[in-house]
Amino acid sequence: MKIALLGNPNTGKSSVFNSLTGLRQHVGNFPGVTVDKKIGEFSVNDTKYKLTDFPGTYSIYPRSKDEEVVYKVLSTPSNENYPDLAIIVVDASNIERNLLLFTQIYDLKIPSILVLNMSDIASRKGIKVDLDAIKATFPNVEIVETNARIGLGIQRLKETIHAFKVQNNPFKPFIEGNKLLEISDLEGQSCEAEKRFSLIKKLLEKVMVTSDLSTDSRSNKIDRFLVHPIFGYLFFTIILFFLFQFIYVFASFPMDWIDKGFGAFSFWVGNQLPNGLFSDLISQGIVPGIGGVLVFVPQIALLFFFLSILEESGYLSRVVFILDRIMRPIGLNGKSVVPLLSSVACAIPGVMAARTISNWKERLITILVAPLMSCSARIPVYTLLIALVIPSKTIFGFINLQGFVLFCLYFLGLISALVVAAVMHLILKAKDSSFLLLEMPSYKLPRLRNISLNVLEKVKIFIFEAGKVILAISILLWVLATFGPGDRMDVSVEKLKKEQVFLSLEKEDQQQLIASEKLANSYIGILGKTIEPVIAPLGYDWKIGISLITSFAAREVFVGSLATIYSVHDDGEEQTSLINRMRKERRDDGSLVYSLASGVSLMIFYVYAMQCMATLAVVKRETKSWKWPIIQMVFMGVLAYVGALIAYNILL
Amino acid sequence: MSQKLSIINPGKIVTVEGLEDSSLKPKLMEMGLIAGKQLKVLFRAPFGDPIAIDLGGFVLSLRLDEAKLIRVV
Repeated sequence: MKIALLGNPNTGKSSVFNSLTGLRQHVGNFPGVTVDKKIGEFSVNDTKYKLTDFPGTYSIYPRSKDEEVVYKVLSTPSNENYPDLAIIVVDASNIERNLLLFTQIYDLKIPSILVLNMSDIASRKGIKVDLDAIKATFPNVEIVETNARIGLGIQRLKETIHAFKVQNNPFKPFIEGNKLLEISDLEGQSCEAEKRFSLIKKLLEKVMVTSDLSTDSRSNKIDRFLVHPIFGYLFFTIILFFLFQFIYVFASFPMDWIDKGFGAFSFWVGNQLPNGLFSDLISQGIVPGIGGVLVFVPQIALLFFFLSILEESGYLSRVVFILDRIMRPIGLNGKSVVPLLSSVACAIPGVMAARTISNWKERLITILVAPLMSCSARIPVYTLLIALVIPSKTIFGFINLQGFVLFCLYFLGLISALVVAAVMHLILKAKDSSFLLLEMPSYKLPRLRNISLNVLEKVKIFIFEAGKVILAISILLWVLATFGPGDRMDVSVEKLKKEQVFLSLEKEDQQQLIASEKLANSYIGILGKTIEPVIAPLGYDWKIGISLITSFAAREVFVGSLATIYSVHDDGEEQTSLINRMRKERRDDGSLVYSLASGVSLMIFYVYAMQCMATLAVVKRETKSWKWPIIQMVFMGVLAYVGALIAYNILL
Repeated sequence: MSQKLSIINPGKIVTVEGLEDSSLKPKLMEMGLIAGKQLKVLFRAPFGDPIAIDLGGFVLSLRLDEAKLIRVV
């Protein structure tokens, strides 16, 4: 049986979904729409039910991209997602507004169960509802009271679902002669809403008693602080600061384990399999590729954990509230803050989060600038380069210079995102009106279960969306790095083996030198040498060129490539041997390859360059065309080149 | 004598008289802003925009541009 979960935003619909399905949920795709559908399963006495969670909406008429799917499905009985049964979650402390959607669905003749959630808040406000009177107005509808956050009423809901039989009582439409689905003009829809609400008001006068009309005064008191002109922004900045400290510090431990683990695994696999190309593909292409994706999971999970707390508590809507006025002149919406913050973990879920922005232009600009927010993959690159060329000392007595430079790189990304957004705002033409109209839920204590499931969902998006692209490109790059034209590779390796320097080395060092020589003569090596004239003005040589190219799989591959090129063991987080080796590298004219100038130039390049193919793939899907990801890649590439050029020449 | 919601100060309780015609009209109505609805202006953001209103059951934040579309008494 197919069940649809519907309701206004902020009714605890996700709590209901999570309570019913627990871990048995996953994300699928609504055909024809760029909205993911959350699907879950639960069973009652051996009967399995399929539950689809639809985006929260105030009425069936869509006002943003993610709401379109509700209308699309509910208006077409032949749609594969059309439900056999609808569960409509209503905030019991806010029944009047919630009943608009409910009565619309009821008039569509879809069998329904009305869930009066947040019953605790309702009773605290002294709201009493005559359930029997409601049932009399809506025959065939079952009503269940719940407090989904603590699981109250969920068992009864399951039983009600299980026992639900479509009655044969004559259908009493809420609004007579209703042609809900035929009204497509705004005037008509306004009339519809007006008619409905006047009937709802009459109904509630008969069945509902309330003693306290106003909202949670506790929340209001907290809001005095958090939207204060000074303290509000200060608090947000402090939160951001904690955010970064949190991820940076805590994520490094599990990341290190995963990194070493995969390194060892790759080594082991290489030994287990018979020597040969295929085993190399697996141990040097596929396994490191997968490891390269998984190593970021701790960081991304932590960041989304933090973001989920901000959202579940209700604080995020206040952030949107205080940032909206600042975002608007540059073409963004207050709601853009969520995609932009998410992009600091990974731009992929960040770009997808832009779906809640109704205005096409605001949404597009948000998507285009989101990757400029420095994501997790850039961190290994930044860390390596900073350790390489920035001296480890303190400025002004207490600020760590290296940490400060790292902060500056993030800040540069942020400022650039805002500037580029402003430029886009001037260039692109807006079609429809932009609006905020955001509900600010009462503050509440976030529930661990909801947060964990949310984090799990985002991590899965990262692993599968980013993962498949990264893996594919890793394999491609492995091919390009393992093979070279003709016998050029073999000839140069043979030559190397005869050199005095080579013969005097340990076996292990000899292996690494061979690997390095092979790489230099592979297709990628040749490609690196070919682009050298283009990147020379930025201070780079062909070896860096190779690493820039391999970064197209994923930015952090930069580090591993350099390790191979300089025939150094990948040393884990510290990378001391690589750094020492790189410090000694000199050009033909004797000057250092990795000077302050070229190091900073590389850092700036990585702030801007769009090297993540996985993000481009998602941008294409979200904007439904290749035009925008291509434009994005080009403008970011230009910014990277020009930025690096300026940096190199200023510092030289 | 109706005024626009955008000029009502925090702390005041007003009643919606009607909405100006605009593409946002149906959305505003769906959020509960219909004639006869009582609301209280809670606070304004720094810069005075957006504002937060209490609709007896939930709090809504809206831009001044949106508040200008709502006539209140």
